[in-house]
Amino acid sequence: MENHETVATLTGVTKKYGAVTALQDVSLNVRKGELLAVLGPNGAGKTTAIRLLLGLSTPAAGQVTVFGQNPRHVATRRRVGTMLQISKVPETLKVKEHIDLFSSYYPRPLSRKEVLSAAGLEGFENRLFGKLSGGERQRVLFALAICGDPELLFLDEPTVGLDVSTRYLIWQQVRRLIQQGRTVILTTHYLEEVDALADRVVVLNQGVVVAEGSPAEIKSRTALRKIRCSTRLPLDQIWTIPEVNDVLAQDTRIEILTSQVEPVLRELFSRDPNLSSLDISNSSLEEAFLQIIGSREHQPASEVTA
Amino acid sequence: MTSYSAALPDFSWKKLLRVYAMEARCEFLKALRLPAYVVPTLSFPLIFYVMFGLIFGSQQIGSISTAAYMLASYGAFGVIGASMFGFGIGVAVERGYGWTQLKRASPMPPLAYFAAKAIMSLLFSVILVLGLFTLGFTVGGVRLPLSTWIELAAVLVAGSIPFCALGLAIAYFAGPSSAPAVVNVLYLPMAFCSGLWIPLPFLPKLLQHAAPFLPPYHLAQLALGVVTGVPQDRIAIQHWAALAGFSIFFLLLARLGYNRDDVKMYG
Repeated sequence: MENHETVATLTGVTKKYGAVTALQDVSLNVRKGELLAVLGPNGAGKTTAIRLLLGLSTPAAGQVTVFGQNPRHVATRRRVGTMLQISKVPETLKVKEHIDLFSSYYPRPLSRKEVLSAAGLEGFENRLFGKLSGGERQRVLFALAICGDPELLFLDEPTVGLDVSTRYLIWQQVRRLIQQGRTVILTTHYLEEVDALADRVVVLNQGVVVAEGSPAEIKSRTALRKIRCSTRLPLDQIWTIPEVNDVLAQDTRIEILTSQVEPVLRELFSRDPNLSSLDISNSSLEEAFLQIIGSREHQPASEVTA
Repeated sequence: MTSYSAALPDFSWKKLLRVYAMEARCEFLKALRLPAYVVPTLSFPLIFYVMFGLIFGSQQIGSISTAAYMLASYGAFGVIGASMFGFGIGVAVERGYGWTQLKRASPMPPLAYFAAKAIMSLLFSVILVLGLFTLGFTVGGVRLPLSTWIELAAVLVAGSIPFCALGLAIAYFAGPSSAPAVVNVLYLPMAFCSGLWIPLPFLPKLLQHAAPFLPPYHLAQLALGVVTGVPQDRIAIQHWAALAGFSIFFLLLARLGYNRDDVKMYG
């Protein structure tokens, strides 16, 4: 089917925390060299999926493999780098001491100089972690994730609440790693981040995969497109066009939401040849995402992902 | 089918040793730069010893002076505190902000972190014991044969191990914010009931009977046995066995908590 090498898999994984089902029968393949974004609202199960892949927790049902092995094996972990959502590392250690410590865990770590440069921490090596700003702290956590020169990198919400320069630095480094053939799994709820980085997106909601594909596919498959125009047609007339999902009056213009632009346009022009100020836009990934998440309330996952 | 090339070089024992050394070094640096933990842990037992041991130093308990007797009991009190606080609060706090999670996800050999903490804890016990001995010798006028000083130090330091295990169990069962309270609630009454503050013969009969169920009692009895010089090999073996039993029990408890950690979101 695909000639992509699989790096990590979840197969039919269910995970419960007490009475709460964090993941329900989730299957996921991570291919070598891709940047997979796991997207979803808070509590969707993103972090649970990462924790399973890191071997930090075990599934109630299903299988988890990383490089074909148990993710808990030290040999597996030597090929993996991790950035978790944690508040801090010990504050009374210097940046270089943190990097040297984590580098010692790996068989072929980067040099300290390379790590400092990649994480934008040059000149900070002798600073205590406790004396760093929020963005600088996040750079240290990123440095700890990449210092082992890992083949597979997990980034759990790496840029939450970050200043723009640190966010772009991390994006730039992630792109560089992908160019070097590394695999990156990223969880985020920033759609901008997904659009900027991801090859493939898995959308999780309430513990279930509700959509999967490239960012463009996600947009086109589910997103409505927006037609704006000036027309003398009354709104209730436009509503009678079968492909129209929604109509809004916007000052002098109207806004039509539809998944099938062409038949709607044909119909509009036949009813109003003088239609003007036409403007068609793709809805953003954000609109697509909201629609996927929203439709989940009414439809089972299989219909949405089909 | 996918094949997974084992392209990575072996992790040699030299590299493994280096991980342990790096962990220990970081523990040492952390302690050195955080006097808020080091100073009270080291100074409280010394202050207590001066207050109780030396004030009543001229009196005799059995065949020996109070100053010598309390060298053993406050020595036990000190190393127990250093171990329980170092492990209990140290690990709990680092769990609290996620540091141990990141370490567990990393290729660090899991034992390296605990070994480093244990080395630091034993080092602390050594420093504490030396401080106490200095006070006992200079201010308390305690005179013992060199071999007895060495034996007492060895017993106190080795006997601190079950309390490292107890601290670890607390760290994995109490949350990061409640661990200090749990350590204190266990440490101080346990020390009192085991006769570490006031010699056991002066305590109510009920406590005297209950004391053998508490781990500090056994450490105190071993230390006292060294100071009083009473040959008691068979009894000593029983106390060591009790301490070993407590160690195993606390370690199993800690392991249970460590594995249960999966349920909790923090490390």
